[in-house]
Amino acid sequence: MKTVFQRTPTLKNCKTHYCPGCGHGIAHRLVAEAIDELDIRGKTIGIAPVGCAVLAYDYLDVDMVEVAHGRAPAVATGMKRTNPDKIIFSYQGDGDLAAIGTAEIIHAAHRGEHITVIFINNAVFGMTGGQMAPTTIVGQKTATTPKGRNITTEGHPLKVSELIASLPGAVFVERVSVSNPAQIRKAKKAIKHAFELQLNKTAGLAFVEVLSPCPTYWRMSPVKAMEWIEDEMTKVFPLGRLKDVE
Amino acid sequence: MSERVLICGNEAMGEAAVMAGVDAYFGYPITPQNEFTAYMAKRMPEEGRIFLQTESELAAINMVYGASATGKRAMTSSSSPGISLMQEGISYLAGAELPAVVVNVMRGGPGLGNIAPSQGDYFQATRGGGHGDYRTIAIGPSTVQELIDYMQLAFELADEYRTPVTILADGILGQMMEPVTFRKRKPRKLPPKDWALTGAEGRGQNIVRSLWLKEGALENHNYKLQEKYKKIEKNEVICEQYAVDDAEIVLVAYGVAARMVKAAVIKARKHGIKAGWIRPVTLWPFPTEQISKAAEDFKIFLTVEMSLGQMVDDVKLAVEGKCPVLFYGRPGGGIPGPEQILEKIKQLSITPKATAIKS
Ligand code: SF4
Repeated sequence: MKTVFQRTPTLKNCKTHYCPGCGHGIAHRLVAEAIDELDIRGKTIGIAPVGCAVLAYDYLDVDMVEVAHGRAPAVATGMKRTNPDKIIFSYQGDGDLAAIGTAEIIHAAHRGEHITVIFINNAVFGMTGGQMAPTTIVGQKTATTPKGRNITTEGHPLKVSELIASLPGAVFVERVSVSNPAQIRKAKKAIKHAFELQLNKTAGLAFVEVLSPCPTYWRMSPVKAMEWIEDEMTKVFPLGRLKDVE
Repeated sequence: MSERVLICGNEAMGEAAVMAGVDAYFGYPITPQNEFTAYMAKRMPEEGRIFLQTESELAAINMVYGASATGKRAMTSSSSPGISLMQEGISYLAGAELPAVVVNVMRGGPGLGNIAPSQGDYFQATRGGGHGDYRTIAIGPSTVQELIDYMQLAFELADEYRTPVTILADGILGQMMEPVTFRKRKPRKLPPKDWALTGAEGRGQNIVRSLWLKEGALENHNYKLQEKYKKIEKNEVICEQYAVDDAEIVLVAYGVAARMVKAAVIKARKHGIKAGWIRPVTLWPFPTEQISKAAEDFKIFLTVEMSLGQMVDDVKLAVEGKCPVLFYGRPGGGIPGPEQILEKIKQLSITPKATAIKS
């Protein structure tokens, strides 16, 4: 019998702690597939965030470090500068990267660090119980915006990819989603490309924003959550390539 | 470089770190340690090593964390307010058991304080400083030569025990020029860094972490750290003493304050006052045993600091009420000069012992 699909070796064969319908599992798989297809497991070092994906090293079979909330791009800088031949990536959520860690990501991009950043945007703080994130969309109800996000008190959602794309140090910025198989295939391409650029020593930071469902704190079924990404989230965070080399 | 050269403390530390094999320096400007950062900006590229001016002290300590996690020797330097910002990272370094050298050229505080020399960060350096149950090694040199001599040791202690090490200097030491010799000690035998993140080529995955969620796991991790700290306390204390045996008054001071104390004690002896001194070089581990031993015969202890009294707590803990422990110090850039200290010694020498105990 011909094998048409199998678990990629860098993704460990285990159950995750993620909620049913969470997008982290898909994003992990895409990262693992990119690493295996490029055959870079032996020289890749990953950085786990503080947030739901803090235990990413339990699922991704590469050397990994866990760091303080939001500081991953600084840690990645320390790693890449001293190990230019290693492939360094950070995997960060929207609390980690878009709230507490804005200085670190902006300056890593600004310096053009040769690293790959996978940014999971699910418009909410997951691990701490569904509070507002900088990426929470207007009107979205969270634990800390019980009446929905209000622009006069909480401001507009932060469009991180657009911000990063405006910096000359970022060479590749794309926003993708894991809301249906076609989008997942595009997401995979973007993630792989973001690793490839680093592998090819393309000077600059490669950034992929992944719109990802959090059914638990969106208080939706997994299916409804996928629909919400397509119907609501992509209106605020349009998908597509914002920037690439050449 | 074995001839005598005239150099300021900040630059001397930079060259000593280069000699000690530092692979990467990450730093953010702050007075009074800027000569250090500037020196590294020039010197590290000459050696083909990494220098980076960071966007903040938070970033600096986390870059150190990243480089160290891959097994490289990494360091940063700053001054008091910057070191406060680094405390998060230092706690993570301690938790994840990563080596690092952090230089604090102390200035006056609290808050923005001033840029004058101070010893106000003793508590922060010796108690851990950040959150959680941990200690960091703290070394308090008192001359530019010692800034050089203890730099290699700092890196070796960091590597051996997988822990951050602080060098606690101050604005005077950082700025002043002294003739020094750059000399390399025989390196310590160090354990291999088989925990380092180098890419999992041909081996299982390495993980560097400080999160322990399983029941009892963090408790056990803390016991393991504690065991390491006990070992450091047993093996790594450095302390200097002078004329303590027959002394009636023993002064305790570290860093630049110890130099004032030495001058005062020598003058006191000339006046026929039986004074001596103890100088902790490692502030943590603290020379508790040495001070406790000195307190076995009755003496008056006088702790002198460029603060309103921090190390004096450790002296009291070491003396355990066996002798009176008094304090003299000046905060916020004030320097307790030899003449002022001598005055204190003279007052104590005419104080009847019974009164001294009460005071
Ligand atoms: S809380 Fe949300 S992001 Fe976190 S694991 Fe559950 S579904 Fe995923």
